[in-house]
Amino acid sequence: MSEVNPPRAWRNDAVAKVTGRARYADDLKFHGLLHAVPVYTDHVHARLRGVDTAAAAAAPGVVRVITAADVPGSVTFGQILQDYHMLAGDTIRCHGDVVAVVVAETRAAAVAAARLVTVAADPLPAVLDPEEALRPGAPLVHERHGTNVINHHRVRRGDVAAGFAASDVVVEQVFRTSFIEHAYLEPEAAVAVPRPDGVMEIYGSMQHPFSTRRFTAALLGVPLADVEVRSVPMGGGFGGKDDTAAIVCARAALAARLTGRPVKLTYDREWSVRESYKRHPYRLHYRMGLTRDGRIQAVAVRIVADGGAYCSVTPWVTWRSTVQCCGPYRVPHVACDTYGVYTNNVFTGAMRGFGSPQVNFCIEQLVEMAAERLDLSPLEIRRRNMVRQGDTTITGQVLDTHVVSLAQVLDRVVAESDYEARRGRCAHGRADGDELYGIGLAMSYRGMSLGAEGKDFNSAIVNVQFDGSILLETGIHENGQGAESAMVLLLADELGVRRERIRYRQASTSVIPDGGTTVASRGTLMGGGAVVHAARALKEKMAAVLAPRLGCAPGDVAFRDDAVWGPGGARLTIEEAVREMWQAQEYPYAFGVFQGPQVTWDEATGQGNAYFTWVYGCQAAEVTVNRRTGKVKVLGMWAAHDVGRAVNPPMLLGQFYGGMAMGLGYGLTEAVTIDAGRIRSLNFDRYRIARATDLPEMHATIVENPDPLSPSRAKGIGEPTNELMAPAIANAVAAATGRRYCEQPVRVDAAELAGGPAGAEGTEPDANGEAPCN
Amino acid sequence: MQLTINGRAVTVPDSDGARNLLEYLREDLDLTGAKNGCGIGQCGACTVLLDDRPVRACRKIVADAAGRRLLTIEGLAAPDGALHPLQQAFVDHGAIQCGFCTPGMVLTAHAFLLKNPSPTRSEIRRAISANLCRCTGYQQIVDAIESAASHYRR
Ligand code: FES
Ligand code: FES
Repeated sequence: MSEVNPPRAWRNDAVAKVTGRARYADDLKFHGLLHAVPVYTDHVHARLRGVDTAAAAAAPGVVRVITAADVPGSVTFGQILQDYHMLAGDTIRCHGDVVAVVVAETRAAAVAAARLVTVAADPLPAVLDPEEALRPGAPLVHERHGTNVINHHRVRRGDVAAGFAASDVVVEQVFRTSFIEHAYLEPEAAVAVPRPDGVMEIYGSMQHPFSTRRFTAALLGVPLADVEVRSVPMGGGFGGKDDTAAIVCARAALAARLTGRPVKLTYDREWSVRESYKRHPYRLHYRMGLTRDGRIQAVAVRIVADGGAYCSVTPWVTWRSTVQCCGPYRVPHVACDTYGVYTNNVFTGAMRGFGSPQVNFCIEQLVEMAAERLDLSPLEIRRRNMVRQGDTTITGQVLDTHVVSLAQVLDRVVAESDYEARRGRCAHGRADGDELYGIGLAMSYRGMSLGAEGKDFNSAIVNVQFDGSILLETGIHENGQGAESAMVLLLADELGVRRERIRYRQASTSVIPDGGTTVASRGTLMGGGAVVHAARALKEKMAAVLAPRLGCAPGDVAFRDDAVWGPGGARLTIEEAVREMWQAQEYPYAFGVFQGPQVTWDEATGQGNAYFTWVYGCQAAEVTVNRRTGKVKVLGMWAAHDVGRAVNPPMLLGQFYGGMAMGLGYGLTEAVTIDAGRIRSLNFDRYRIARATDLPEMHATIVENPDPLSPSRAKGIGEPTNELMAPAIANAVAAATGRRYCEQPVRVDAAELAGGPAGAEGTEPDANGEAPCN
Repeated sequence: MQLTINGRAVTVPDSDGARNLLEYLREDLDLTGAKNGCGIGQCGACTVLLDDRPVRACRKIVADAAGRRLLTIEGLAAPDGALHPLQQAFVDHGAIQCGFCTPGMVLTAHAFLLKNPSPTRSEIRRAISANLCRCTGYQQIVDAIESAASHYRR
């Protein structure tokens, strides 16, 4: 950052948030506001014959009860497959399906009346296990789809049979992961306001305003231009406030349309957990072949992801898992098959990490299991196989457009955590006292942004006002991570002005072009790229007008220290420069676009340049495991990530710490409990996210290798920090106990520990392909 | 019924005494700084102070506050708008992300520092352990509270 903007913790919304003045969706009020609530049934899979709304409609304070029959537009929608029923029609496909929305003068009246809605439904056999859903004759979740397979991705590289034949050692293991709740602290909320000009205006807790607009326009049957989604502060998303949050907004808009009044639809925690999509549980069956000297020859892996009742972005999530299924290692022979599968469970979709936490949990344990067999250290096996500058990924992409910094981040974590010395203290199941000590690490590479999932571009508008103040808007959404602040800092830096000049406009889908969703750690990369391009366009435009005044050529005009300069000290203040622009009848206004460089993908072979750039990260955890109780205590956590360039270091560190903490939850405590399709862990009493006392002090190392393909030189950080702590902890627990834990979350059974260390023996799958982990 | 909210006397009709305190603050008094994150006393987002002690507004009724001093996040800054040193520390240490936990977290920390102005980091962690934050990993929140403690020692 420049002299005029010294680096320190800064965000544009901090004061509003710390004083309680920030208005989140549920904090908004409008004249004549009505309240809506959803109605569920207790069915998991059923033919719906009818919804009886008469009693509810007659209840005190009720204005309207809405069912699928009232929808003027399309009741079904989805980002990839249009299979989501925003209000259930003839079928209930999961326990979170909504059959009606009750709209009343008060929330209490709506809640009371919702209990009076009854349905006539015939239960259908439910399919709750994705492996079962794949078998012939399994009940179909979507009959029209014809199969329960949502998608099948593959990688075919080399010849795996030859690779295994050339291997001296084969490790084989089945891993499982759980449904994970995003647990954003603010449940979904939306306010829809019908405007006199015919536009439906929406304020919602969602992280994808453009997706929200598409869902809403579809449900109302109106053009996109007739829906305006305005951003308000949002209490966390982590990938979880796309589909469900958009649908909540769309339902509020439907109620507003049908009543002609503003409608608020605020979810309580139980509705949120019941209805919103989760991180996919995976079953992953890995085989890895290596030569005696520890070089990986072949990996064969079959991944089955439970997509739940609706497609959402399952094809994209599982695609990333496929591309990254071998971790950051060179593997000449790979066969990967990944299936996204419908079941009658809660649906699954985007969550911070987006398909990488599951595969990292496995592959980072598998390489260590191989190392144990080969008597190599966890570091040595990684160093022999990890990608380096110019290496080729398993999808055939040559990593040569940026600095491949995997060795750098690994070395930093090894040094910061004093890994090698601490490794020497690991108990491996043997200790004098009750506490078994262990340290473990994990590393990854991660394709940045959307890759071949979709078109990847973004825009920014910079509009300098007559007094020298500046309005900025981009197609990136503030999810709480500090995206707006990063954009402001990048603009201030590029224009050489004080950041206090810049106000980030409350974003509106009616102003900025659709920039896609603020997921995939793409905010700073894509939005920042657009900001840099807009700033450069603005400077060019201003230089052309100001050069004569500064007595130089346009190319010699410089923007710094909150002023515009010619060579030899000629100087205009920003205010003077803006007045000159007005005199010349030129607007100091610019629109900038960043188009992500082209990526390629061949779905049949799973080969291509999947992402235009990659990030590298490594994390470590130090634990003790109590031999009597099985309790795992995390004593220390370390992380090093290459971020390209640090734009707002304190906020960047916040992404490190938050991601590591969420990763600890994934590793040790988090799993949604589902009983025959019905979620039981509906609130924080039954779903344990990390508390301040569960966490040790964390150590973060920012590594900067500016990325030539990123206009701002920055890459992303939101997800990389969240994909490594669980395998690092699993490896630490293995080092402590001498046993492997192949189910996420890691739960240590003290009774098993009494038997002593087991190593990685006996991990061949039985006839059903099930391998005991220890 | 007489309440003192953020230093101001507020008269509440007795008929409202049984209403949920969080809902009353948010809907009737427009004090929306206290948030509803769980509704069952588990997350701490609704924390307000009664006579300097943190309580979960989602689990209280209006009558519980009768005759006591109630402080919400809106009442912590100086009347001229200057941030309380604890609030300033949250800003300076990057302790705020989505901000949904922030009001409850700040008030919990404020009550704690009033009682213990020289805490260790692990005492701070214990003090905020019932306030959930999904964004920050708590590290910078602990930093902020630790650094603000000196203002409570005078
Ligand atoms: S809303 Fe009161 S503790 Fe969560
Ligand atoms: S800052 Fe988001 S929950 Fe704490």
